[in-house]
Amino acid sequence: MTTPLVQMKNISIAFGGVHAVEDVSLDLYPGEVVGLLGHNGAGKSTLIKILSGAYKADAGEIWINGKKVDIQSPRDARANSIETIYQTLALADNLDAASNLFLGRELTTPFGFVDDSRQEAETRKIMARLNPNFKKLKEPVSALSGGQRQSVAIARAVYFKARILIMDEPTAALGVHETKMVADLITELKKQGLGIFLISHDTREMMELCDRVSVMKNGQIVGTERVEDVTEDDILSMIILGKNPKAAA
Amino acid sequence: MSDQTQSTPTPATKRNIFKQLELDTRLLGMIGAFLVVCLVFNVWTDGRFLTPRNIFNLTIQTVSVAIMATGMVFVIVTRHIDLSVGALLATCTAVMGMLQTRWLPGMLGIEIGSPLIPWITIGLGLLTGALIGAMQGWLVGYRGIPAFIVTLGGLLVWRNVGWYLTSGQTIGPLDETYVLFGGITGTLGADWSWIIGIAAAVAAAAGLWSARRTKIRHEFPVKPVWAEVAVIAVTVLAILGFVAVLNAYELPERVVARDFAAYGCAQAEGCNVAYGIPYSVLLLIFVAIVMTVIATRTRLGRYIFATGGNPDAASLSGINTRLLTVKIFAMVGVLCALGGVVASARLGYHTNDIGTLDELRVIAAAVIGGTALSGGIGTIYGAIFGALIMQSLQSGMAMVGVDAPYQNIVVGAVLVFAVWVDIEYRKRTGAK
Repeated sequence: MTTPLVQMKNISIAFGGVHAVEDVSLDLYPGEVVGLLGHNGAGKSTLIKILSGAYKADAGEIWINGKKVDIQSPRDARANSIETIYQTLALADNLDAASNLFLGRELTTPFGFVDDSRQEAETRKIMARLNPNFKKLKEPVSALSGGQRQSVAIARAVYFKARILIMDEPTAALGVHETKMVADLITELKKQGLGIFLISHDTREMMELCDRVSVMKNGQIVGTERVEDVTEDDILSMIILGKNPKAAA
Repeated sequence: MSDQTQSTPTPATKRNIFKQLELDTRLLGMIGAFLVVCLVFNVWTDGRFLTPRNIFNLTIQTVSVAIMATGMVFVIVTRHIDLSVGALLATCTAVMGMLQTRWLPGMLGIEIGSPLIPWITIGLGLLTGALIGAMQGWLVGYRGIPAFIVTLGGLLVWRNVGWYLTSGQTIGPLDETYVLFGGITGTLGADWSWIIGIAAAVAAAAGLWSARRTKIRHEFPVKPVWAEVAVIAVTVLAILGFVAVLNAYELPERVVARDFAAYGCAQAEGCNVAYGIPYSVLLLIFVAIVMTVIATRTRLGRYIFATGGNPDAASLSGINTRLLTVKIFAMVGVLCALGGVVASARLGYHTNDIGTLDELRVIAAAVIGGTALSGGIGTIYGAIFGALIMQSLQSGMAMVGVDAPYQNIVVGAVLVFAVWVDIEYRKRTGAK
């Protein structure tokens, strides 16, 4: 079998006395979408924030392409081609699309100044590809709709050629049409060989988009199954009861 | 791809002349408010307000607060506050006063009047400001103490460190070269003022034109040529007009007559000597340019505004927001020291109460200039205009003879009113 793109081995993290994530192992292969499901507070977001560098694990290892890596900060994660699209979008509302797209990785002129014109030109190019209706390049992103904001966040991941993409409820704030757009994009990126971790509450959506789903409860993995092998009911009962019906059977 | 994007917005913009000029309506509003204040006082004082002499005084009185206000913009943009600027200024001027009159003379063979003294003094003064500012920034950024508390403590601490260093004495007279930064004694004179004014006008025109060229190169929409030319013409006229006004303020005849040869005249009669641009105003313009470049053209500035807009997004984007806080407060410290140079040089002494209540003037200047306390929004030029408007009100009322308590009542009311207008403006024009 091919080398996994990501292997998270025995990850644990605690906040105060609360074990938010306890001894969780998870892997991801190129061209695969792995869904993370579970109640609020089950530890999904915490787990992926460890991968994206926002939190530091108390224990456990992360391997990328078969090599052990040390992710201390969001910068380290980016250096390993990991891009994250957060639930809260992580956009600076007062800045325009180009400034957000390049935030933390600005294009500069030979004198070291931020090259706004080049950034804007690059943003125009990538937006024409991802979301041709996107025209409000000069406006602060607070003036954009949910879908347009989401496309800025996605453009960031695509522009910097992410190999591992983490999407934390990417469709939570979107309308029907925009949700479809994100779903199409996930399928497209998957074809290009990216590995995607997808977090969502929408079980049906997950069944459609994911290759495998992992269910978490109380900071632990209840089970990881291929979507062909389970029904929506199986997944729901894993989420609610915290038991894997297949393992019991 | 690009012709598509260009074709859509054009018909909409045709309607509005302001939009074609692409003028910043907030800047226009501020200039308008300033002009209204000037005109009202001019009528009220029978034309004494808008004389070259008063405009000259107004500019040099504004400099110290305006310099500090440019730094306060960054602090407020990142959702912090700095209540210690007036006290920090006092500590810096105390250090600089003691350095040039007591500590440096006698050391390393430097005597009072040595040309090294002012420069060593200012260098160490700026360093003092930077270190104190960085320390406060470290407490805020790395130790997580709210800036309000750190700088409220700082207000008490630094005011009294200054007192302790000088044992409460007034320190002076200050070095002759150092005093040139205060204003009235340190000016460029007519010729140099014109040279610098013309150079600035040429640079501004060239800058605006090259910005247009860059836009065309990237195939972005640009405004019509007539609009561009109009903006350039107004800018050039404003710069030259300012120089002309400052050059119209001349030294009193008796002062010139006393030593006309020194001013290059063959005889006392008809010997007119203009003050021209004060060094302190040049310093403010330099600070304004540097701070504007930082705000709009550097990564540091981009990170400051991103952090103000969404601190979580900034740190998730790999920005070290803690170090950023230290840098911002250190910058404010340096600007306090610089403001201190101007303030103490203008007085000719370091006094114990120098910069008292400056923290409030500086915050008010930034806020009147459109810096939002909720973070993420603010401009350097706005803060400078804010300082100018406040100073005009204060000077104007003093000239009219308004009683002291009424003066502060008016200034306080204007502050609240200005912020309310700004909030309404933002609501009408859409969230910006």
